[in-house]
Amino acid sequence: MQTTVIRPRYTVLLRDLRELWEYHELLYFFIWKELKIRYKQTAIGVVWAIFQPFVTMVVFSVFFGALVGVPSDGVPYPIFVYAGLLYWQFFSSSLSQVSNSLVGNQALLTKVYFPRLLLPISAVAINLVDFFVASIILIGMMVYYRFIPLAVGILTFPLLLLLTFSFAVGTGLLLAAVNVKYRDVKYVLPFFIQILMFLTPVIYPPSILGKYSWLLALNPLTGIIKVARSTLFGTPPINWMLLLFSGIVTLAMLLIGVWYFKKTERTFADLI
Amino acid sequence: MSKAAIEVKNIGKTYMVVHTFEQYQTLRDSLGRILRNPFRALWKYMRHAVIPNEEEHFWALRDVSFSVERGEILGIIGANGAGKSTLLKILNRITPPSEGEAILRGSVSSLLEVGTGFHPELTGRENVFFSGAIMGMRRQEIIRKFDDIVAFADIGRFLDTPVKRYSSGMQVRLAFSVAAHMEPDILLVDEVLAVGDASFQRRCLEKIREVSTHNKRTILFVSHNLAAVSALCNRCMYLKGGRVHMIGSTAEVVAAYLDNQSNNHSSATLSFPRHTSSKPSFRLIEVSNNAGVVTNEIDAGHPFSITVEYEATTTNAPCWVAMTCAHEDGTTIYTSADVDKYSNSELLTQRKAGIYRSTFTFPASFSLSLNEGSYQIRFRLTHDPTTDTALTIHIKNDARRFNIYPGVLLVGGSWSTQYLGVE
Repeated sequence: MQTTVIRPRYTVLLRDLRELWEYHELLYFFIWKELKIRYKQTAIGVVWAIFQPFVTMVVFSVFFGALVGVPSDGVPYPIFVYAGLLYWQFFSSSLSQVSNSLVGNQALLTKVYFPRLLLPISAVAINLVDFFVASIILIGMMVYYRFIPLAVGILTFPLLLLLTFSFAVGTGLLLAAVNVKYRDVKYVLPFFIQILMFLTPVIYPPSILGKYSWLLALNPLTGIIKVARSTLFGTPPINWMLLLFSGIVTLAMLLIGVWYFKKTERTFADLI
Repeated sequence: MSKAAIEVKNIGKTYMVVHTFEQYQTLRDSLGRILRNPFRALWKYMRHAVIPNEEEHFWALRDVSFSVERGEILGIIGANGAGKSTLLKILNRITPPSEGEAILRGSVSSLLEVGTGFHPELTGRENVFFSGAIMGMRRQEIIRKFDDIVAFADIGRFLDTPVKRYSSGMQVRLAFSVAAHMEPDILLVDEVLAVGDASFQRRCLEKIREVSTHNKRTILFVSHNLAAVSALCNRCMYLKGGRVHMIGSTAEVVAAYLDNQSNNHSSATLSFPRHTSSKPSFRLIEVSNNAGVVTNEIDAGHPFSITVEYEATTTNAPCWVAMTCAHEDGTTIYTSADVDKYSNSELLTQRKAGIYRSTFTFPASFSLSLNEGSYQIRFRLTHDPTTDTALTIHIKNDARRFNIYPGVLLVGGSWSTQYLGVE
């Protein structure tokens, strides 16, 4: 028989992981519910997942690609920017949804017990669906521009996705936990995301920074997007060192996020 | 398996009392304080860590110890703020205790509020699945019990309609029905019976009783409804000021609780601290006699008034005061709401945010009045059990205008007697 012991303080990570696994069905239900209510009472439903990155791509291509003439490493600008946008939007909308996942589910947090980690994790997982839907456009563009991806892309694609996922979860957990106590996060975040976009090589290649391009490497998304472009457009070499560095930064961020979240999660209901 | 299902040892919960000037905690304020005077901030932080300042703490619960055997239903009663809900939240792992230890043997589910996890956009069917899952049911279990749940809720053909189009009664029925079909070893119940109509409440009570006796479930039952507590529980705990005041047989504990309440003569007025919450809240509740004097001692045969001041926080959102009057033995005498059809139904839908004062007048007369004794009047705003509050009135017959007979009512109705002759 299962026994629950309630004490003032505890931090047992291993037990939490097992518990998380026991609740995997609830995670599925959280995702299912979000998907259900997401496009209720919308006329075009899931097409919204394509609409947003597509229109952004068109606007960017006109302004940055055609008018300003931002270089794109010899690849047509629309597909160059779309590949970046795909990962960027997965990251940025995950981040903002994770940050709000606790505050937005106040009613649940104060009424019922479940591993709190389920809320942020499900918030990111939902964006994965959008990512795959929006990928359809990318595939269409690759056919149109006649690009053949590198074979190694089959291996790196899940890895890139996992890295983006982990980076969004790590950063998001930290912000979500802080958001419970300080609602300032709500105001800072859109602004922060906007700035971060310019610090991520979405609309330009990292090479335009010349000898300072290494600074961009501190942002794990740089490695992710760069490797994604190399494999998609068949333009080696793949910068493995950069990807490794992205992995290290992501892992560090994830550990910090999980640590802070676990440290504060039991008081969420008191503070929220 | 002879060990108790629930063992609570010296559980305590303290909240920091935030001083008014620090009430708005923003990152900017915190950072500002630190930057303006880093050494003072550091000193304050260290001093806090070494000697926690007792005065800044408020003990919502202290030294609470009890145990509950398997299959037992323990009632928990107490005035508002006595710590009942805090205790359930600790046992439900929503908030951690500050001291002590609790051991729960078996799976735990809670019914802290009907409709937890309900989403207005989802259909009835979808909500059954989601709220079932969030309350700890497995998917297979929900599928297996789905027909029973729907039958118990009695919502029939509205199963695939979004819940936002349900009447509030239907929502409550469906939500309770999901909850009632959970099969945990330990069930924590907080004030869920105060919603729904009388016949549904009765069915809920029966369901809870059935669950506990047939399946050896352990239940902690928190309620203001003394009749329900008396009907369900053999043993009862009375919390007062965060401590266990008494624990024992329900009849004795309920009697002690009522006795304690009726000794409290100052309770003709209830005033509430200013709330910053986004939910409607009470501000003032007052009882006065027909001369307008604030008192909770009312002469039998005279009308009395109850004035309720409350704040509606959202324009065009439902907000109303529900009032239930119960006799000291637990029998409900009447229930009334300030949006009742025959008075102010437009308030239900076209309410502006702001402060309201509603006055209810009990129409006592020399032909019909409440009998001598103490009556508990409970108040609730909209459906929110966290607003529950109660005061006690005492009906006196000092003027001896009535003959005192047993019963809840004094009836001065006239008899007419005719002599019909002899057969």
